[in-house]
Amino acid sequence: MTDTLTRPASPAVPVRSSRRRKPRAYQIFRVVILTVVVLLFIAPLAWMLIASLKTNVDIYDASKTFLFTPTLENYDNVLSRNNYFEFIFNSFWVAFCATVLSMILGVPAAYAMSRFTMHRSALVVLMARIIPGVSLLVPWYFIFANLRLVGGYEVLILSHMFVSLPLIVYIMMSFFDSMPLELEEQAQVDGLTPIGAFRRITLPLSIAGLATSGILSFIFSWNNFMFALVLSGANTKTLPVAIFNFVSYASIDWGSLMAAAVVVTVPIMVIALFTQKYIVSGLTAGATKG
Amino acid sequence: MTVPVTAESTGKPAAPSGWTPQKPTPWASFSNWANRHRKWVFASPAMIFVALLIAVPIVWTIYLSLTDSEGSVRAKAEFIGFENYLEVLGDTERFWPAVWRTFYFTGGALAAELVLGMAIALLLWRPFKGEKWVRVAILLPLVATPVAVGMMWRLIFDPNIGFANQVLNWLGLPSQPWLSGEHTALPTLIFVDVWQWTPMIVLILLAGLTSLSDEPDEAARIDGANSWQRFWFVTLPLLRATVIVAIVLRGIDALKTFDILYATKGKGGGSFHEVETLNVYAYGLSFDYNDYGIASTVLILFFLLIIALMWIVTFRRKGDRS
Repeated sequence: MTDTLTRPASPAVPVRSSRRRKPRAYQIFRVVILTVVVLLFIAPLAWMLIASLKTNVDIYDASKTFLFTPTLENYDNVLSRNNYFEFIFNSFWVAFCATVLSMILGVPAAYAMSRFTMHRSALVVLMARIIPGVSLLVPWYFIFANLRLVGGYEVLILSHMFVSLPLIVYIMMSFFDSMPLELEEQAQVDGLTPIGAFRRITLPLSIAGLATSGILSFIFSWNNFMFALVLSGANTKTLPVAIFNFVSYASIDWGSLMAAAVVVTVPIMVIALFTQKYIVSGLTAGATKG
Repeated sequence: MTVPVTAESTGKPAAPSGWTPQKPTPWASFSNWANRHRKWVFASPAMIFVALLIAVPIVWTIYLSLTDSEGSVRAKAEFIGFENYLEVLGDTERFWPAVWRTFYFTGGALAAELVLGMAIALLLWRPFKGEKWVRVAILLPLVATPVAVGMMWRLIFDPNIGFANQVLNWLGLPSQPWLSGEHTALPTLIFVDVWQWTPMIVLILLAGLTSLSDEPDEAARIDGANSWQRFWFVTLPLLRATVIVAIVLRGIDALKTFDILYATKGKGGGSFHEVETLNVYAYGLSFDYNDYGIASTVLILFFLLIIALMWIVTFRRKGDRS
């Protein structure tokens, strides 16, 4: 009896099985290749982690490539002696402020550009994604140096907003494009103003898009090197600059350098692991449109 | 479905009630005005911000490129017309090699990333067990801080203590200079860029692949097409738009690459300027040598180059559509 009841679903089965009918050899080939791919992407990161747990003597000793006594000495050196906590705070604060301010400016702009199809205006904002950062740094440096603002948080945040804002506008535009108009229209019929409908209906429904653009903006700001290299001062130095300064001395302290590299990448990777879905949707925003 | 939402939102008296025109309080008339012009009320702050931060710098850069500004930012600069442009365009020592390296780096990295990215995306396309882990693994290089990535590869490619040479020696092959060699440095850095950014191409192409319908592929299979024919004549043409998006997004970023180049080779792109692309060259002129006039000239030329490339790509796309 149950057999006859499940019959109606059977037309779907041949299609699915034809996809599964790929030869077993292909499946094995696929698993092997993908394993190699995963290893190639992971191994260098693992190597960085391993080296950060070695003493410099062990790093120079080829016989201790894999067999060594792990030590946290490098982390102690980086975190306590080089006031890295200050750099971590700087990186965090600049990325946080740049993201929040960019969202305040960028989300309404993306909404207007999507709803009123302002393609030319969108192009102005997206220009910021195309222009090489160096071409802005020279004039910024001139202007801000003359205003004696170089070295402060304001300039750093402003320059990082230049990375965050176009990114947020780009992601939010494709998010709003794919969002149905009906709910907003209904809300306006029910007596909300257009701005009220945006604030009370559209925004709460855009949490996924806001999270996506916010996380990516934070990551890109955290990773930014060039702007901070020029515009940060001794007290506002961000982590990438601090790491770069590590090697300007005569000999490189590899262990500590790798520990510092781990300190800067691990927070971002933890965020990425927990918000994988959002990051992927943000990075691929606009990829499937014509 | 909208009933609970509207009931909740109209239930709050705090809502700006200015939408009804019979109460002309100042707030109401402002709110009325803002609602009528919401297109520009919403869009203009961001646009003004970007325009100020772009337009002012560009005008300033054009001005600087016509002066002999150098040294301190507060020093007086003299107007010298197009002298800088003549000097830069006639410079076969640094400028033209930098242009060539920029194209070499971008072209090499982009080509390798597209081929590898497409291959990996096709392997990941059909669902399988453990897919989640592969996706996590390819996401990690993508989010890693480029400076840290540069330092990491610097240790791996170190000629004396690096793991890369250790592996070569195990295999009985001679050590390579990698990043420190005059001719091996740039290819090595292309490899680093490929390691970090191929995942980006994979993700974009995978998003395109999953949005494709199965039917054309099935039809081609029934007609007897083999896997390669199905990919080349069915999947790839359908994926065209996505591939172009991937090329544009990655191409722009690859042209602008600075972090890994400067973090691994430092000022001037190494002692032979072996990895000095336009970006590194312009940065070095500005902030390592404070030669702002020449730097601005290089930047304007670099900028024109990017605009020209963008124009070619978008122009070709428009031509295809019609």
